[in-house]
Amino acid sequence: MTTTSHPRRALRPSWLLLVPALALLAVVLLFPLLQSLVRSFGAPEFTFEHYASLFTDGVTLTILGRTAGTAAVVTIVTFVLGYPYAYLMTRVSPRLRGILLVIVLVPFWTSVMARNFAWVIILQRGGPMQSIFEFFGAGQVVFYGSVVGVTIAMSQVLLPFVVLPLYSSLGSIDRRLLLAARGLGSSPLVAFWKIYWPLSRGGVVSGLILVFTLSIGFYVTPALLGSPQQSLVAQLLATRTTQLLDFAGAGALGILVLTVTLVLVAWANRFGGTISAIGVVSSPQTKGN
Amino acid sequence: MTSTLEQLDERVVERRTRPRRRDRGVDPIPWWLKLIGAAVALYFILPTLIVIPLSFSAEANFKFPPEGFSLRWYENFFTNPIWLSSLGNSALVAVLAAILATIVGTAAAIGLNHLTGRFAGFVRTVLMLSLVTPAIVVAVAVYISFLQWHLTGTPLGYVLAHAALGVPFVLVAVTSSLGGFDQTLLRASASLGASPLRSFLRVTLPLISRGIVSGAIFAFVTSFDEVVIALFLRSPTFQTLPVQMYNAVTYELDPTISAASTIVVVAVTIIILVPQLVGTRKNSR
Repeated sequence: MTTTSHPRRALRPSWLLLVPALALLAVVLLFPLLQSLVRSFGAPEFTFEHYASLFTDGVTLTILGRTAGTAAVVTIVTFVLGYPYAYLMTRVSPRLRGILLVIVLVPFWTSVMARNFAWVIILQRGGPMQSIFEFFGAGQVVFYGSVVGVTIAMSQVLLPFVVLPLYSSLGSIDRRLLLAARGLGSSPLVAFWKIYWPLSRGGVVSGLILVFTLSIGFYVTPALLGSPQQSLVAQLLATRTTQLLDFAGAGALGILVLTVTLVLVAWANRFGGTISAIGVVSSPQTKGN
Repeated sequence: MTSTLEQLDERVVERRTRPRRRDRGVDPIPWWLKLIGAAVALYFILPTLIVIPLSFSAEANFKFPPEGFSLRWYENFFTNPIWLSSLGNSALVAVLAAILATIVGTAAAIGLNHLTGRFAGFVRTVLMLSLVTPAIVVAVAVYISFLQWHLTGTPLGYVLAHAALGVPFVLVAVTSSLGGFDQTLLRASASLGASPLRSFLRVTLPLISRGIVSGAIFAFVTSFDEVVIALFLRSPTFQTLPVQMYNAVTYELDPTISAASTIVVVAVTIIILVPQLVGTRKNSR
């Protein structure tokens, strides 16, 4: 009896165990998103009007362009700063490497509001950052209330998404290949460009796509450090919903942003398990390490 | 996940240490690279370095470096009813959301553990979805739906929304601890006459408890720190600490936020680090 009933007993409860989690996700995530999808097509009568007006009202397209531009700059900044840092991590002593790893994880466990508040203090008019720039004779640079400040604050919290995957891929490159190239008479720069860089590219791409994707959805940082005149798509979405009460228009915009995000994540996934990478990055166990 | 990073580290150490000792003279780390590394490291910790000294300022402004020394912002935080009730609300929501996320997330992880194939993969992706969907898109959709269901501004609304955000962390943590779980133990306990429930409570649960605890902690922290959805669900009668902090920066310009920030940063660090240290000690014994 035990042998025949066993497979069925092992299978049945498994599916039932998924029900509570799926029900929760359905109520909080899937159903509201489905509702806004329906709303974006104009609930009673089917229409593409709300999507068409995103591209014709003049404002939305400008803001989408500015959001993509900001995300691109953030992506470049995180790459330029993250690559040398990840490389350094593979070169130093295990002890210092541990310290550098903990430092990378600090942005993840600094509270969102505390972090953004700190950036307001650093970047405000007459704040520390402007004083430093004044000292070097560039006092006219405005950080607070501009895309520049938003970029600085966003890059800080997104850098770990580039550094951690890069650290893992750079760590598996055999540096003796570089020494061999040097021994055969190549300059350090050529050795890097011809050997090290091609081997490291795999870890770069997925991290960069991920940073770009996450940049698109930032709300608190641009709301606090940016300005309404230079708003990004998340602020537009919030304004449409809570102030203009344009639920259909907001639905269309939200679905557009969500679609772009999911397509980019799926693309990044092809270069390595991105969703699980976020899990590793943000898990408390990693944080403790 | 600990193991992922450890493996990663081992791999790196293995490849690195042997050749490095010998060729230190041939292959030095250039000074400019060390300089960039130090600058980036400073960039990572800069906000924390700013917030803590600022909270001890004696002046009612946001100037940095702060002038004077006082505990007045801490005093204000712990005596002002608005700050205190926000802290209480956040703690309540975070505890309930963490409990809910842990129960449904653990059940799902155990359920998915036996399952393979397309549908199981699909379910896993759906449960992990909140990690990649932009918070603002979810917040706006949840806001409109919760308005119809009269859930905005209610503790239940916050708990449901935050629990959904916590599920992926519980799922990942418990799945990883189930990876080392030997299924024959369950057959052994069943053959000794234990009911499935008893087997679960006496065999499975103790063995995956570390994963459950770390998932629960992260679900708690996620809820405690969540601000975007909370901004949309708030009402004049019910708001959480991050929302009050948002108000303090944008409308009220209340320096108490520096004390609140420091308290949150220190509390979250303790919540995350302490179980880690306790766990390590238990392991090494």
